[in-house]
Amino acid sequence: MTYDMLLLRFGEFTLKGKNRSRFEKSVLSHIRRVLKPFPNAVIIKEYGRMYVELNGESPEALIQVLKKVFGLVSISPVRVCPSELDRIIETAVHMVGQRNLADQVTFKVHARRVWKQFPHSSQEMNHLVGSPLLRTYPQLKVQVKQPDMELRVEIRENGTYVYYEVIPGAGGYPLGTNGKAMLLLSGGIDSPVAGWSAMRRGLEIECVHFYSFPYTSQLAKEKVMELTRLLSGYTGRIKLHLVPFTDVQTSFVSIGQDNLMITFMRRAMLRIASALAEREGALAIVTGDSLGQVASQTLPSMNVIGRATELPLLRPLVMMDKNDIINIAKDIGTYETSILPYEDCCTLFVPKSPTTNPNLKIVEKVEASLTDLPGLIEAAIQNTETVIIRPDSKIGELEAKSEGQVINEDWF
Amino acid sequence: MIYWDHAATTPPFDEVVDTMAEVMKMHYANPSALHRSGEAAAKLQKRAREVCAAALDVRPAEIVFTSGATEGNNMAIKGAAMQYSSRGRHIITTGTEHPSVYECCKQLETLGWEVTYLPVDALGIVDLAALKEAVRKDTVLVSIMHVNNETGAIQPLAEVGRIVKERNARTLLHVDGVQGFGKLPVALSEWQADLYSLSAHKFNGPRGMGVLFVKQGVQLFPLISGGSQESGQRAGTENVAGAVAMSKAMRLSREHQPELYDKMTELRELFLSGIRKIPGLVLNSSEASAPHIIHFSYPGLKPEVMVHALEEMGMLVSTKSACSSKLSEPSRVLLEMGKDREVASSGIRISLGKEHQLGDAARLVEVLAKVCGNLRPVIEREG
Repeated sequence: MTYDMLLLRFGEFTLKGKNRSRFEKSVLSHIRRVLKPFPNAVIIKEYGRMYVELNGESPEALIQVLKKVFGLVSISPVRVCPSELDRIIETAVHMVGQRNLADQVTFKVHARRVWKQFPHSSQEMNHLVGSPLLRTYPQLKVQVKQPDMELRVEIRENGTYVYYEVIPGAGGYPLGTNGKAMLLLSGGIDSPVAGWSAMRRGLEIECVHFYSFPYTSQLAKEKVMELTRLLSGYTGRIKLHLVPFTDVQTSFVSIGQDNLMITFMRRAMLRIASALAEREGALAIVTGDSLGQVASQTLPSMNVIGRATELPLLRPLVMMDKNDIINIAKDIGTYETSILPYEDCCTLFVPKSPTTNPNLKIVEKVEASLTDLPGLIEAAIQNTETVIIRPDSKIGELEAKSEGQVINEDWF
Repeated sequence: MIYWDHAATTPPFDEVVDTMAEVMKMHYANPSALHRSGEAAAKLQKRAREVCAAALDVRPAEIVFTSGATEGNNMAIKGAAMQYSSRGRHIITTGTEHPSVYECCKQLETLGWEVTYLPVDALGIVDLAALKEAVRKDTVLVSIMHVNNETGAIQPLAEVGRIVKERNARTLLHVDGVQGFGKLPVALSEWQADLYSLSAHKFNGPRGMGVLFVKQGVQLFPLISGGSQESGQRAGTENVAGAVAMSKAMRLSREHQPELYDKMTELRELFLSGIRKIPGLVLNSSEASAPHIIHFSYPGLKPEVMVHALEEMGMLVSTKSACSSKLSEPSRVLLEMGKDREVASSGIRISLGKEHQLGDAARLVEVLAKVCGNLRPVIEREG
């Protein structure tokens, strides 16, 4: 089946009074950007929805990229035919025949006559289109409430739109319409999902990653770059701040309070991220914390760690189960990269029994005694390296340049 | 000497041999090692996986490196059987599969599995009506090859996939793709294949390497346990040089497939029309077969005699498939196609490679006519 158009529907932002046009503008520019590789596609705006005329572009390829546009709730591939009864029936029969019909499929026709000069009313059209379908495909059975398939027929003056498929989109708010935040990106399963959830809610994000050369490997750093690249598939580009954390981290080793190690580390990370946020004009910090998942994510830990920053800490996954998080990670394509087994700085120097209930007073007292700490944190911020990553960035190559090419292209 | 036995194994591309040697010398480190050299080897391995995945239009995580298709077929069939035995204990295959599929099924039978061997028609094509009837609720796996290694018969995999999934959406489809890749287009998503095995040495790659495509979501019980290489699906230190060299061969083969198909089809025309003119020869492949395999019988003559007679004249061809050619039994594949014992016991296979030219083919047809003429008195005496 070749389709002529895609129908795009939008979500809750269409209800938002005065901000509506800002939201629409943002989603439109996002759609324009993802459709750039498809020069023949033409975008048509209408009240509350948009159409993309395919003009020969592949509907599958377009749907693939459009599924990443936030604010877009669903997509329907549409066939357009002249507004004549015979042609409409013919199109409907052909379209339904293309679907893999199981033994029994319940369906209904939902016709809408936008062009009132068309000789048959919407009600009549439901029957006029439905009967030949029933005759042609004996597996079909009419069911008005919750059918397996709802065939929509929209009759307009310059053509009739026929479609039945409703492909879910990413939903949420258009990109960047709710401001900017810093995402703490570790390389695990959770933080990319947290980042995606934040972006889906209209936040622009910049990623912050802490690495500890030489204790963590080059591959761990590349893994985070790759995760950022995967996330940038939803936005076009993302800034990644790579913070050298070795000196800060090792300074905690000498304290002799092993069970508080993670608490100190997380607080230092928040301080660095807050400074970067201020520099970049971000108003919040997003983390992948999920309540109770590990020692640093118990409520007492969150309390003590969270006090290290004055910025709002957004934790999109805080009440979610691990399995649900994993499912989202698989859907958004970050899971397979996340499970690559490289040490990151949080898994290094992990004490045997990290505290689940740190004492704020003790933590603050110890920190006050570390006279070197502010300087080390300042140095980490100063030495932070910022890269801009795009969906087509070549991750290995960004790094390989500095340490001699490993991959010889002639070999592949 | 002209080598006409590419269905048995192919000469590796020069670039493949060079790559293999360079990577072996430079990147001998174990890719699982944490040090820098190990990281470099791991990068190459990862890149090789991406290149192989791209050649099949699948995801890198769906590629498992194996030692070849015999292992891939074993892993797919027995691994799926062991993993999903709670779904049932029934497998479907055809009577004309390669021994590495056929014997796996035989082995499973001794473990209490029920195996349905689908019949094929005179051209070797599987009976789709029988397939439709055979798929049941407890059918765990259907294993059907893309191209037959003896006759070149091409199975209608798109229809096979449609039928299998329509009858039981949970039944897995395994395709032994060894003889098809690089010769015919491969469409795993259209076939709805869950498992697909390849051997690198059949497409001018290195010996001892293969690929098993395992569709996302499908689990196999690992047959080789040990370290967690290949995501725990196949233990053993990675063959980095082999993987890189194979990925190169795979990319090249995919790129050259359309032109190679046209070229081989032209040569095949010449063979078919030539063989039809030689008295006594019976063709077992046709215009509908894959273009690189031409199979015929000379009833009454032991095929070894023909092979050696052609060898005398500088032409290397083969009897049956290399994996079973030392046995003097009639070909199971030909018997399944309804050929009589005489025909099934006297099969000769010519298989083409990228280096063959029209002149080579014309020369072989000429030699063949001559040899057949010389041998005819032998047959008549024995008959």
